[in-house]
Amino acid sequence: MSDYEAVIGIETHVELMTRSKMFCGCPVAFGEAPNTTTCPVCLGLPGAMPVPNAEAIEGILKIGTALDCHVADTSYFHRKNYFYPDLPKNYQISQYDVPICHDGSISIDVDGAATRIGITRVHMEEDTGKSIHMGGGGRIHDAEYSLLDFNRSGVPLVEIVTEPDIRSAEQARVYGAELQRIVRTLGVSDARLEEGSMRFDANISVRPTGSEVLGTRAEIKNVNSLRSLQRAVAFEIARQIELIESGGTVVQETRHWNEESGTTTSMRSKEESEDYRYFQEPDLVPIEVSAEWRDAVVAALPELPAAQRARYQALGVDARVAGVLVATDELGALFEEAMAAGGDPRLIGNWLSGEAVAWSRAEGVEVGASPVTASHLVELAAMVADATLSASAAKQVLTGVLGGEGSPAEVAEARDLVQISDQGVIAAAVDEVLAAHPDAVDGIRGGDMKPIGFLVGQVMRATGGKADPKQVQQLIRDKTTG
Amino acid sequence: MTDPADLTIKAAGAAMRAGELTSVDLTEAVLDRARITESHLHAFLTLDQDGAKAAAAAADAALTGGADAGPLHGIPIALKDNMCTKGIETTASSQILSGWIPPYNATVVDRLGAAGAVVVGKTNLDEFAMGSSTENSAYGTTRNPWDPETVPGGSSGGSAAAVAVGSALGAFGSDTGGSIRQPAALCGVVGMKPTYGLVSRYGLIAFASSLDQIGPFARSVEDAAVLLEAIAGFDIHDATSIRGDVPNIRGSLHDGVAGLKVGIVTELSTTGIDAEVRAAVDQTVDGLSNAGAEVVDVSLPSCEYGLSAYYLIAPAECSANLARFDGVRFGLRAEGATTEEMMAATRAEGFGPEVIRRILLGTYALSAGYYDAFYGQAQRVRTLIRREFAAAYEDVDVLVAPTSPTTAFPVGERAADPIAMYYSDVCTIPVNLTGDPAISVPVALDSKGLPIGFQVMAPALGEERLFQVAQTVEDIAGFTARAGLASSEVLQP
Ligand SMILES: [Zn+2]
Repeated sequence: MSDYEAVIGIETHVELMTRSKMFCGCPVAFGEAPNTTTCPVCLGLPGAMPVPNAEAIEGILKIGTALDCHVADTSYFHRKNYFYPDLPKNYQISQYDVPICHDGSISIDVDGAATRIGITRVHMEEDTGKSIHMGGGGRIHDAEYSLLDFNRSGVPLVEIVTEPDIRSAEQARVYGAELQRIVRTLGVSDARLEEGSMRFDANISVRPTGSEVLGTRAEIKNVNSLRSLQRAVAFEIARQIELIESGGTVVQETRHWNEESGTTTSMRSKEESEDYRYFQEPDLVPIEVSAEWRDAVVAALPELPAAQRARYQALGVDARVAGVLVATDELGALFEEAMAAGGDPRLIGNWLSGEAVAWSRAEGVEVGASPVTASHLVELAAMVADATLSASAAKQVLTGVLGGEGSPAEVAEARDLVQISDQGVIAAAVDEVLAAHPDAVDGIRGGDMKPIGFLVGQVMRATGGKADPKQVQQLIRDKTTG
Repeated sequence: MTDPADLTIKAAGAAMRAGELTSVDLTEAVLDRARITESHLHAFLTLDQDGAKAAAAAADAALTGGADAGPLHGIPIALKDNMCTKGIETTASSQILSGWIPPYNATVVDRLGAAGAVVVGKTNLDEFAMGSSTENSAYGTTRNPWDPETVPGGSSGGSAAAVAVGSALGAFGSDTGGSIRQPAALCGVVGMKPTYGLVSRYGLIAFASSLDQIGPFARSVEDAAVLLEAIAGFDIHDATSIRGDVPNIRGSLHDGVAGLKVGIVTELSTTGIDAEVRAAVDQTVDGLSNAGAEVVDVSLPSCEYGLSAYYLIAPAECSANLARFDGVRFGLRAEGATTEEMMAATRAEGFGPEVIRRILLGTYALSAGYYDAFYGQAQRVRTLIRREFAAAYEDVDVLVAPTSPTTAFPVGERAADPIAMYYSDVCTIPVNLTGDPAISVPVALDSKGLPIGFQVMAPALGEERLFQVAQTVEDIAGFTARAGLASSEVLQP
């Protein structure tokens, strides 16, 4: 495999959750009865005309700015012409030679290595309706009949195109996840892959390692999750290498990812691909973005995931933990709230990304749906700080809190995990252990410190793990060397 | 007494307000006229007699109640059948829209309703407004009231014929390359194309979006101005409509032309122009000069390429605009084994030959590898023509030329020769490319007794000056020959 290098570019479509559609006043709504959120404009009726939605333009400006793009003062809408039953005008209003945002970048982190992925362009267009093919194989060509729902027709759609800077399936997934995170942080889209409000197409080619020449690429469609993105890219890279190794050649084509079989299959070759006959949309005027508008968007930009991770790391949270906290809304929210209440960042970060996530997976319950609150986390961290609980006992208490057993104090009490604070009880246990292991005591007195750990373990066992090991160790030292 | 159907809007309005005429009587007179003439002319695709009578009765009641909606209150008008009318079949003269009833009104239709106008019906046109004779209608040819053996011009031939013959006091058409002005000239009425963006296109079934503009037909320049006032102004539903103030359209109507500078466009007034048309234009220009205007010759050499540029840009835009007629959601649907076959069969069956010709031309002009040589080059020519006009208006107030190279031509004469037909619009196309306003005013009859139109052009949003000059043209031409139409055979029951 190392003889080849993969070259990957990703095109992402994101539906914006604006109040109204891109070019008409119909609401952007999901789950409504078919063809109920439509009007002459989004049905493409004769005579109807598009009027651009400023909220959607604002949304794409946020995305472009977050991706560090250059924003064009003046950009244009074009008509992309092709016939398809769910495209009501049989052309899509899109952008062509001058997109609204271009030449940006995004930094992704895979296994501690930061990679810059160039963003070629971010442009504005309108979504199509949905075809539901009945009978046959569920595809248009063998269907008995098709149903059309135009509720989605005209929903604002942003297309984000990367440079071919991605080199692995893992990087592809991390890029997708980071983009999803950014879009959600901006609040412009729910970016749900399963529901199609965020969709990826990956252009993949391979070439001998060290070569500067690009190989022939295939475009992979129908990727419906971040996991499928990684799987589909990995499969396609392997398929192309295997093809070349066995003397074949990669053809330029569009391939369909099949989730069940875990393979890609050919949809259409380049020869059959269409000439979209782009020309400037005469029903619209150019999009003008003033410097004031651009500045206002920059000023109103929320903290982006990369900055949020950096802030957590600055609090002492590890990079991996920061990544988990930022990637999961409910964990990030609990963490933020606990920090505001003065909780220990490292401990709480580790608990959330470790025990809480493990509990959530085991129980199949979201952490956000458990009874745990930020004040529980702060209370728990305080119990560790004042030695009421040991670190390991604290993790058990957290599991109890997540499971609904009560507050940290209640769980610690009920599970009998509170550390022994009575010095007399601990001293007596230490004396007992020392008396039972005279050889070890002699060794220590002779300068061999190794047995201390063994003796601490014995005391901890004797106290049922409820003594503070640091305190025990100090007592042993005092009593053997003092 | 004059038959009310022959009144101007101004005279009818005055009679109504003087209590001498009701909208119901006026509307009945117009509908009677249509009943007599339609068998000869076929100006209408739909006559909405019941709707018109109801609207007229409502207008009378409102006026009696003191609610006067303005100069169009109770006035019977006609609409070209490419403007969407809620609840009234709208076909753009195409089989592909046979039976289609729009669920919404074009903005102009709503505005006319608010102005109190009474819509008597939907008029015939060349299919999707593609043509210069109204022969390209899927529902039969409209005839010229002056001589039913000749065409009324096109594409808004039905609206022009209806106004000429008295089946409406005013009408609206759309002008993409001359489709208002040329039929107005051929039918002896006033026809006006406003500045691009002055009138909303929302609800106008698009032919070529960057060129289309809705405008009025009337029997006088002043009536045309009144009709334009009712529909002009920014519309939130049309992103290309102009924001800001509407020109004071009748502000200088009777101010004459003394001190104005008038340029005769050489390229539109000499080669290929019928001698009688040239003579009438020269005589009108002399009249303007006598009325105190300074007259100069202006050369706009790029106009020579206007026709070619137009026949690339308009078909290119129409190839996309007409893509939505695919049998999926509305209109005609032909049978096909697959969706693609159904779409192809629907379009083959639903579109007439001229529409298919232009879709093919436009598709070709936009194709990869040809775009620059055709569509791109046409856009460059358009820019050149715009610059030449703008430069000319640095020096002159208005430009003038014939409206049409010839008077009405015999039905069938150019039907088989698209290039000859396309040449009918040579004088009118340049201002569609520039977006400027222009008007055709009837000035004379030729030796066959057919009307000749005189065209006045002005810079963008120069409607006030345009109507001022047009009014003077009307005054000096004294075109009263419409009286001669009264003896036309089409008026004999
Ligand atoms: Zn809509």
